[in-house]
Amino acid sequence: MANFWNKIGRAAATSVAVLALGAAAHAADTIKIGSSLSMTGPASFLGDPEGKTLEMYVEEINANGGVNGKQLELVVYDDAADANSARTFATRLVEDDEVIAVVGGSTTGATMAMVPVFEDAGIPFISLAGAVVIIDPVKEYVFKTPHTDRMACEKIFEDMKKNDISKIGMISGTGGFGKSMRGQCMDVAGNYGIEILADETYGPKDADMTPQLTKIKGTHGIQAVVNPGFGQGPAIVTRNYRQLGIDVPLYQSHGVASKSFIDLAGEAAEGVRLPAAALLVAEKLPDDDPQKAVVTGYKTKYEETTGEPVSTFGGHAYDGLMILVEAMKRAGSEDPAAIRDEIEKTQGFIGTGGTVNMSAEDHLGLDLSAFKMLEIKDGDWTIVN
Amino acid sequence: MAEFLQFCASGLTVGAVYALVALGFTIIYNASDVVNFAQGEFVMIGGMTTVFATAAGVPLPAAVLIAILAAMAIGLLLHRLAIEPARGASPVTLIIITIGASIFLRGLAQIVFDKQFHSLPSFSGDTPINIGGALVLPQSFWVLGGALVIVIALWAFFNRTVIGKAVLATAANRLAARLVGINTSFVIGLSFVLSAAIGAIAGILVTPITLTSYDIGTLLALKGFAAAMLGGMGNPIGAIIGGLLVGLLEAFGAGYISSTYKDAMAFIVILAVLFVMPCGLLGRASVERV
Repeated sequence: MANFWNKIGRAAATSVAVLALGAAAHAADTIKIGSSLSMTGPASFLGDPEGKTLEMYVEEINANGGVNGKQLELVVYDDAADANSARTFATRLVEDDEVIAVVGGSTTGATMAMVPVFEDAGIPFISLAGAVVIIDPVKEYVFKTPHTDRMACEKIFEDMKKNDISKIGMISGTGGFGKSMRGQCMDVAGNYGIEILADETYGPKDADMTPQLTKIKGTHGIQAVVNPGFGQGPAIVTRNYRQLGIDVPLYQSHGVASKSFIDLAGEAAEGVRLPAAALLVAEKLPDDDPQKAVVTGYKTKYEETTGEPVSTFGGHAYDGLMILVEAMKRAGSEDPAAIRDEIEKTQGFIGTGGTVNMSAEDHLGLDLSAFKMLEIKDGDWTIVN
Repeated sequence: MAEFLQFCASGLTVGAVYALVALGFTIIYNASDVVNFAQGEFVMIGGMTTVFATAAGVPLPAAVLIAILAAMAIGLLLHRLAIEPARGASPVTLIIITIGASIFLRGLAQIVFDKQFHSLPSFSGDTPINIGGALVLPQSFWVLGGALVIVIALWAFFNRTVIGKAVLATAANRLAARLVGINTSFVIGLSFVLSAAIGAIAGILVTPITLTSYDIGTLLALKGFAAAMLGGMGNPIGAIIGGLLVGLLEAFGAGYISSTYKDAMAFIVILAVLFVMPCGLLGRASVERV
C-alpha cells in the first residue's frame, strides 16, 4: 500500500515539475518563493522567528525594487513540526503555488519529509534545520544554513582539549536534536582523545533530571559534562546540576543559544559554556570581524520590527533567503535548475551563521570558525578565546 | 545511601504532583464517572497564570490566589458548558468531550499567554538542604507539604462538612442522592471546581522546580491517570499512593537501571500490577448495579 502511494506521489511530483517549468516559462509578474515552517507547536521557538524574518526581509527586498526587476511573493505554511503536514505542504507548494524555490523546514523531521518532493520536482530547497543528515550525503537540490550538531561537538571537544579535559559525562535529551547530537559526539569524541565515561538520557518533557545527574556525579574521574538538547530540558539540567553541587564545567549545545535559556536557568547558568553563532554576541564582536556589520544589522532590524530579542534561529532564515536572492540575481532567470547551480556556487557569503563557501560536495559551506565558544557570565554571553 | 536519598527526594517531589493530578481525576470520577483528561490543563493554568500575574507586578500571594480562582472558574465553565449539556451521554462520550476541552484549553493558553517556557522564583530560596548527603531544594518541601495540606483538607471536607458528605453520597449512588434531596448537578460542578483548584495549586508549587508552558498538561494528565489506575480508580488514598509510586519508580528506574527506559519502566510496573490486580492496589471490584 505504501508503495502504491509512493508511486502516485512520484507520478504527481513529476507531472507537477513539468507544470512548474511551464509556469516559469510564462514569466509571471512576481517571483514566488515558498516556505513551510513550524510556527506553532513544539518547535515554535524555531519557526516563529524564522517566519517573522522571512516576511520582514521579503518586504524590504520588495521595497528596494525586488529581484531582477520583479517583486517577490512569499507563500508560507505552518506545519507545526509535524512531518506529515510538512510533506503535504511541500506538495502544495510545488503543485498549487508553483514556487521556484523554498526556504524552510524548521525541524530535521519536517525537512527530511519534504526533501523527496523537492528533489523530484527539481526545486531548490534551503533547509533551516540542524542535523547533518540533510546534506550528508549531498542531495542535488537540498542546501542548509544552520551549523550541524557534528560541528557543535567538535567545537566543544576542541575547547575541552585546550583545558586538558579528556574524561567526560554526557546527559542527552531523547528528542530528535539531542539524540542526533549525542550520536555525532560519540562519533567524533575519539578524534579529540575524549573518553565518555557516563552516558545518560532524559525525555523531552521530563521535569527532573537529578537521578541521572546523581549517577554522573557518582562516576569517578569525570572532568566535564556535555548536555545536547534544546527546549526546557537543558535549563532543568543546569538547575539540577547546581542543586547537586557538581563542580566540573558544564557544556551546553547551540540548541539553547537564546536569552530565554539564561532566564529559565537563572543563576545556575553562570559559568555554562556553549558553542553558538556570532549573532548572539553581535555587540561584543571586535570591529574588524567580517560578520560584525551583518549580525548587528539583522539584530537591530529584527528587534525593532518584532520587539522581541533576536535568536540564532531567525538568523538561519535570513541566511537562507539572502543566499537564494543572491543566487537568483546571479542566475538572472527564474529557472529553478539555474538557481540551484548558482546556490551551489555561493562563495564568501557572509551571513549571521558565518562565512559560507559552498561546493558540489558541501551544501552547507560553513567551517568550525563559524562557531564562537561562549560562556555565561553575570547573566550575559561572553566570548571565550 | 546519599544516592538512594537523592533518588527518593526526586521521586517524591515529582510523585507528589502526579498524586495531586490523580486526586483531581478521582474526585471528578467519583462524582460523575467522567475521567477528566483536561486535568493536566488545570496544572498548566495554575502555573502560567501565576507567572504572568507576577510578571505584571502582582505580589506572589495575590498572584497565587488569582491563579487558583482562574482555574476554578475554568473548571466551573468546563462543567457548565461542556459536561452538563451532555449529561445524558455515555461516559465514553464525556471522556472524549474532556479531551476536546483539553486541546481547546491548550490552544487558548497559546494565545492568552505564549508558547515559551516560564519559571517562577522559588518561594524560599535556591540553597539546597543537605539530608544525609542528598541535596534537596527547599521548594521540594513546599510541594510535599502542599500536597499533605491538600489531602488533610480534603479529608476534613468529605468527612466533616454536609456538602462534603453530599459529594460522597453522590459518588456512592447518584439516584439515591437525588432522592434524599441532594442537588447532584451542583455536586458534580463542585467536584470540577475542587479538582481545578487542586490542579492549580500543584502547578503553582511545582513551577519553580519543573518550569511551565502551555503544553505541560498532556504528560501530567497521562502520568496522573496512570497513577490513579495504579492506586485504584476512584480511591483517593490509592491516588496518592499511586502518584508517589509512579514518581519513585521513575526516579529509581533512571538512577539504578537506565535513564533511557525510565518512562517504560514505570509503565511496565503499572501494567504488571494491573495484570495481577485489575482494579489497582486499593480499588474495589466494580459491581454491576441492577
